[in-house]
Amino acid sequence: MASHILSRLALSIPVLFGVLLLGFGLLKLVPGDPAMVVAGPMAPPEVVARIRTEMGLDKPVAVQFGLYLVRVLQGDLGYSMISNTRVASELADAIGPTLELMLACLVWSIPLGIGLGTIAAAHRGRALDRIVIAISVLGVSTPIFFIGLLLMQWIGYRWELLPFLGRAGPLWTLEGLRHIALPALSLGLVFIGPVARMTRTAALEVFNADHVRTARAKGLKERTVILRHVLRNALIPVVTLIGLQAGYLLGGAVVTETIYSWPGVGRLAVGAILANDMPLAQGAILVLAVSFILINLVVDMLYAGLDPRVQRR
Amino acid sequence: MTSDGVLTLDGPAPDVAPEPAPLLSVRDLRTHFRTERGLYRAVDGVSFDVRPGRTLGIVGESGCGKSVTSLSIMGLVPEPPGIRAGGEILFEGEDLLKKSRAEMEAIRGDRIAMIFQEPMTSLNPVYRVGDQIVEGLRRHRALGAGAARERAVEMLRLVRIPSPETRVDAYPHEMSGGMRQRVMIAMALACDPRLLIADEPTTALDVTIQAQILDLMGDLQRRLGTAIVLITHDLGVIAETADEVVVMYAGQVVERADVRTLFADAQHPYTLGLLASIPRLDESRSRLQTIEGAVPAPNAMPKGCRFSPRCPLADSRCLREEPPLRDLGPGHQARCWYAPIEEIRA
Repeated sequence: MASHILSRLALSIPVLFGVLLLGFGLLKLVPGDPAMVVAGPMAPPEVVARIRTEMGLDKPVAVQFGLYLVRVLQGDLGYSMISNTRVASELADAIGPTLELMLACLVWSIPLGIGLGTIAAAHRGRALDRIVIAISVLGVSTPIFFIGLLLMQWIGYRWELLPFLGRAGPLWTLEGLRHIALPALSLGLVFIGPVARMTRTAALEVFNADHVRTARAKGLKERTVILRHVLRNALIPVVTLIGLQAGYLLGGAVVTETIYSWPGVGRLAVGAILANDMPLAQGAILVLAVSFILINLVVDMLYAGLDPRVQRR
Repeated sequence: MTSDGVLTLDGPAPDVAPEPAPLLSVRDLRTHFRTERGLYRAVDGVSFDVRPGRTLGIVGESGCGKSVTSLSIMGLVPEPPGIRAGGEILFEGEDLLKKSRAEMEAIRGDRIAMIFQEPMTSLNPVYRVGDQIVEGLRRHRALGAGAARERAVEMLRLVRIPSPETRVDAYPHEMSGGMRQRVMIAMALACDPRLLIADEPTTALDVTIQAQILDLMGDLQRRLGTAIVLITHDLGVIAETADEVVVMYAGQVVERADVRTLFADAQHPYTLGLLASIPRLDESRSRLQTIEGAVPAPNAMPKGCRFSPRCPLADSRCLREEPPLRDLGPGHQARCWYAPIEEIRA
């Protein structure tokens, strides 16, 4: 198990390098001159030129990337061009709310998705199955910003049931919970669909497996058969697919945070890109990419825990 | 060999004096399936008895209804598409077809157990084999975790798995097919069932392993007194293990006899065809004997005798009228207008 995790960690190093390279490259391609941003619109050309030299923007791109890599490895993500604060500390402030949002989303959407998928599979071809399929198709095909705006418009604005702007405190306070409800609901709603569908497909396959017939032949109650023998085995592919959906989740978080002014990494990234704040944008992208890698690492570990056949390899 | 007065009797076999009362008595069982192409009569009026401590062999080609018969006894036919269309399955005097789902769950794995054809896939890959045995034990017996585990080890020893104390913690993928089938048998026998249904238990195994598994089953039967319904398409397996034999064709019993009578004096052309298709070492044949044609499609059952399209003896009566199961001697019945047949075996 430990060596399994270590080898997974080693594999993530080239991925991280690629992420840094891509993040760096993308921001180089974005129109706009960071030196002009720092200097301000009224600055004379020689000031802009001096700032450009100070920031190392006059050096060849490869050298700039090398310097960037060295700084990142030292934990130095630079300073935001807009607020002139350390990028690392801005990100540190934003990671908490983003983790909160993910947790608040996953904690209800994954169990619900898995539950709905299992119910659908157990009622294959009947009304309940069709209803679950309809819900999940709707969930899969509705863009998250649309769901977010609808919820905001009706639950938040028209009916004034829940606040829809910003964060009011940690999760364990009532206000904190009230504020995270709508963002977590929006993000979770789009996640239920894929999870329910995957679970349904995986469970249907397991329902026909010989070992489920064996479980029934033992006289186990149907509920036990479903929970212990169908669901448990169906979770193996579902967990893998949830890992593959991690990108979807992170992308959804960026949109959700932006819509609801949730002070997380996603909103920070969008704001930084729009403001041409290169160091901050690079830092935010790096954090999102690392989360993606971490999510997949957790998924890998879960997978090895769920399927005893994996550990031997 | 055969009685002169041929009775036409479609019901139970006449009681033979020294036999104990049957443990399982299947009477005119009809299990049908509703399919897109119409009603499929997978089991269509099947009757047989299984006596305590004895082995009944059910033989037939794929699709003859032998597996559906066994699943019907277990109450494992999915409904829908399955339909309980009639008959009764009397087990220790109670009709299993009238039991509720919960009542059947309580009987399955306890008084009636089943092992299946595919040992490679019949165990759940994510649980240790010991836990899978324990699960069934604790479902039916008030055993603590420790006692149940001890019983599981004991069962593994009983089915001759080497070092059962460590193998109890193995996962199925760490075992060979033969070992897994032993685990299946251990699991099935864990609660001392009165009846064990074995659906092609050796078909997926090597010939040497087959013999070991059959030996094991016979040995356990002698020790534990379990009645066995052995379903197979292999007459060799029947010859080695069964006391009585039921031959099925297209959802019906076409011949029923004790094993000696069946091999020495089969009376249905289908049984004779099956016997003739066993290759023999003492004859030189360039081609293996086969029964011409194929099992009729479920939606295209012949009107008269179901075997008539493939039967060398079929005449116009066979095509017109379905023969009943007729008594030919003590415990021997065949569903053929021509029975007793002496001439065609010459």
